[in-house]
Amino acid sequence: MDSGPVSRLLAALLVCGMVLPAMAAPAAPAEPRASQLLQLLHKDCGACHGLTFRGGLGSPLTPEALQGKPDDSLVATILNGRPGTPMPPWRPFLDEEEAKWLVYYLKQGARP
Amino acid sequence: MLTLSLLLAACAAPPLRGTGDLGVVIERASGSVQVVDNTHQRSLGRIQGLGDLSHASVVFSRDARYAYVFGRDGAISKVDLLSRQLVQRVAQASNSIGGAISSDGKVIAAQNYEPGGVRLFDADNLALLADIPAVTGHNGKPSRVVGLADLPGNRFAYALFDADEIDVLDASDPAHPVLARHPGAGKSPYDGLASMDGRYFLAGLYGEDGLSLLDTWRPEQGVRRVLAGYGRGEQAMPVYKMPHLRGWSMAGEYAFLPAIGHHEVLMADSRSWAQVAAVPVLGQPVFVMAEPSGRHVWVNFAFPDNDKVQVIDVPSRQVIKTLQPGRAILHMEFTARGDAVWLSSRDDDKLVVIDTATLNTRSTLPAREPSGIFFSWRAGRMGM
Repeated sequence: MDSGPVSRLLAALLVCGMVLPAMAAPAAPAEPRASQLLQLLHKDCGACHGLTFRGGLGSPLTPEALQGKPDDSLVATILNGRPGTPMPPWRPFLDEEEAKWLVYYLKQGARP
Repeated sequence: MLTLSLLLAACAAPPLRGTGDLGVVIERASGSVQVVDNTHQRSLGRIQGLGDLSHASVVFSRDARYAYVFGRDGAISKVDLLSRQLVQRVAQASNSIGGAISSDGKVIAAQNYEPGGVRLFDADNLALLADIPAVTGHNGKPSRVVGLADLPGNRFAYALFDADEIDVLDASDPAHPVLARHPGAGKSPYDGLASMDGRYFLAGLYGEDGLSLLDTWRPEQGVRRVLAGYGRGEQAMPVYKMPHLRGWSMAGEYAFLPAIGHHEVLMADSRSWAQVAAVPVLGQPVFVMAEPSGRHVWVNFAFPDNDKVQVIDVPSRQVIKTLQPGRAILHMEFTARGDAVWLSSRDDDKLVVIDTATLNTRSTLPAREPSGIFFSWRAGRMGM
């Protein structure tokens, strides 16, 4: 079982000292689910938001772009989409805990 | 002395061959392209160092020797199909989505998201010729540009995602281009296409069920809505990937277009633009491509149906085959006369070549997360 991306993410966070006290890390999903979610994030979210999350027809998802946006509203956007914009609801494909983990992941700016 | 230099030149030159059956395959994650030969279905080599190629697209010089690769990171890379070398590269924006080449082959136009607008470059050396910022959009910034296509007379047409407008840029004097704006082009145009004769420019709309049409022979009539209300009475479904439009949507008397939020391919009369049929398909169409013969139309799909491809028979207006050629089929490209279609399977790291007569797989080739496939016949086609 490959726990690579999660280990690398955690290692990156430790090395960079980026784990802020205010933002407790949500539990990482067990493999292989974590890897699947990161694939989804980079490839399918990346289709509109850019492979490097610097934006396309979708808005940028870099840590700078997400700074100041509450986690709850980002999680809600992922799960429910944003009516009136092209952002679709991803609830059929992931649950709330998983969406929280992806928001955390994006805000850390880590790359797999 | 002269003989010696001729000999040296001959040694340095690539082997003598044509480029009419060559193509470029984008390897999105590794920033490389493969040059492929579609007669012998083989890779001739790889060109690396092209940057962020997510959503990269390609146009060809009109001698079909050079490919211009437009990267998401705003770079234009000019690559030589014969020597497989990167010959020129320019970083021209910070977020770009594609480009086009002028009808005289001398001007390259890039369409940009950031900063929103179009920039013109000399096709020989990629020197900047002109910068045309887009009008300010709903978000207070210059609008993102989508659907850039070349038109006859060294003109380019494109749509403004954030400003609901179609613009036509006359670049006959490329250092001093002249812009004609057509506002009121419908809500959130997401992509566009020019018809193969370069007369019509069509923009797909995300924000409403319909497309916007500009007849460039009668620009004074402005933009009109076609196929309006195609999903009337139906609940729109979520769209997990934006469809794409380009001149390959049209064949014979018909245009074939993806519906947005409805699992249908729309079939329109290519002169009156009246809807002829809506063909049910299994998911949200992304690329709807007519075979060069016009007999069949191939459709791939957005996530989560992106492992499937459907083939529509045009006379009967029905799906006749559903294929599962690989995971994440991102793009399709026909050979010039349509004897085969090449598919890219991103998640299986392969290209699949399918015989269009038998629908059997002819061969598969390895590729690193391939996305766009572009064959050199595009060099001689308007709107490509």
